Amino acid sequence: MRKSLDYIIETIIFICGMLSIIFVVLIFSFLLKEGLSFFKDFSFIKFITNQFWYPNSKIPSFGILPLICGSVLVTLGACLIAVPIGVMTALFISEIAPKGVRDILKSLVELMAAIPSVVIGFVGMVTIVPVVKNIFNLPTGLSAFSGSIMLGFMAVPTIVTISEDAIRSVPGQYKEGALALGATKWQTLRRIVLKAAMPGIIAAIMLGIGRVIGETMAVMMITGNAAHVPHSIFDPIRTMTSTIAAEMGETVRGGMHYKSLFAIGLVLFLITFIVNFIADLFLGKNKNL
Amino acid sequence: MIKLNPKLSQKLSYTLLFMATMLAIIPVLVIIFFIVKNGASSISWEFLTSMPRNGMRAGGILPAIVGTFSIVVCAIIITLPIGVCAAIYLNEYAKDNLLTRIIKLAIVNLAGVPSVVYGLFGLGIFVMFLKLGVSIIAGALTLSIMELPVIITTAKGALNSVPQSFREASLSLGVTRWQTIRYVVLPNALPGILTGAILSIARISGETAPILFTVAVFYVPNLPNSIFDQVMTLPYHLYIVSTQIPNMPKNVIYGTTLVLMMMVLTMSFVAIFGRAYFRKHRKW
Repeated sequence: MRKSLDYIIETIIFICGMLSIIFVVLIFSFLLKEGLSFFKDFSFIKFITNQFWYPNSKIPSFGILPLICGSVLVTLGACLIAVPIGVMTALFISEIAPKGVRDILKSLVELMAAIPSVVIGFVGMVTIVPVVKNIFNLPTGLSAFSGSIMLGFMAVPTIVTISEDAIRSVPGQYKEGALALGATKWQTLRRIVLKAAMPGIIAAIMLGIGRVIGETMAVMMITGNAAHVPHSIFDPIRTMTSTIAAEMGETVRGGMHYKSLFAIGLVLFLITFIVNFIADLFLGKNKNL
Repeated sequence: MIKLNPKLSQKLSYTLLFMATMLAIIPVLVIIFFIVKNGASSISWEFLTSMPRNGMRAGGILPAIVGTFSIVVCAIIITLPIGVCAAIYLNEYAKDNLLTRIIKLAIVNLAGVPSVVYGLFGLGIFVMFLKLGVSIIAGALTLSIMELPVIITTAKGALNSVPQSFREASLSLGVTRWQTIRYVVLPNALPGILTGAILSIARISGETAPILFTVAVFYVPNLPNSIFDQVMTLPYHLYIVSTQIPNMPKNVIYGTTLVLMMMVLTMSFVAIFGRAYFRKHRKW
């Protein structure tokens, strides 16, 4: 009795363990199915390279090049903000800050991640957007630039948390060795600790990028939703994520437009899959330190 | 290049790192202060407990609060047992082989899938294929898959922190592996698992993209009766009132933002303090 009960429970536990794989495969195959049926009617090459996203015109055009450019531009901008701040904060918290305040600083940094993205979008809309409009004298402050600022700060907690783990896991002997040779603490940090923690820091940056690419609500509210190839960072843009979120409500279920949004979802899924896979490779490297 | 005195360069760099840390912390404090300052005056008993009126420009946000609450409760009921079982498998049963490696990779990737893609998936599978329609259950299922990797990761951490000697002591008394897990490992890991669950609840209460097409609606005149109803939710309501309706009174927008933010932050704080408390008071 006891034995068979154990057997049943252990089987359930095994199935739950497998569920993650099942869900990933399910999500992928579902997006693939909808995406492929879209690519039967609209060529994949045109989908990626055409500059016009006019899903509702008489002769619809489903080129996601402007959306890809929008996503890439916002992501690059956000990285320029998040990477230096994130890595420097991680160094400060793990190596320099006094022990007593370390946990407090870490919790404060993580607090940013707790704030819902729709709240951040709203705050950006009423604060950053008008400021950007006035300073740079733009027709609208809803631009890739404003989006980059908000998304940059949203990516900071991801980068800090994971970089900090990596920096902390650098063996103490490395530091002691450098200090014993007469290096200052900062020289040790910069030349030894930072180098040894680099795989983990790169993983942290990759995960930060993944977070920014996938961000939807804040980006939709701040970047202006204009689906054209941007000429500068001060142009309004539109990302892949915000296109899905903004247009799914108006589509006819099962129509071309509907399927095209799933095709965008497929592209997003593949991008984040690759980004996370690279991050995972680097994290694996870090453990062999 | 000028060669700086190492001591001076250390001082300069430390200052720079300190400023970066401030840059990482100050924005969130400014956001919280900004919302509290602008929203505090609109919070009243009536705002929290009455239905919206006059095209949502007046009245309260009760249906959005109830809607968010019902989705989150359903989602956590679904995801917590599955996530904890998966964590038990990974931490207690899984051997270090290819299968385990694939499971871990799958978890990492589930965690990285953009939230709006979960929304698409939920729309396709739950709303359309399983014909659940736009409903609480469809949204809760979507959110529960999205939260699964977070629950698994935190629960696994909690299980992993239970010392190996506890398991050995129990097994040496002749009980089975499952009994050891059930009566020794799980009770000791429970606080960690619960704080992870609270953090997940906080996170999904603020999610908007996955519920856009699976459960949330612009406006419903009454509160939900069953899990097959559509509901209004706080984050979606905030999105609507801040971007979709012209001439929206500011106090409704800030009030909604404050309620949503306080809900999420309170839960996060409970989880963070809970974690600190249990770490101090654990038996090992």
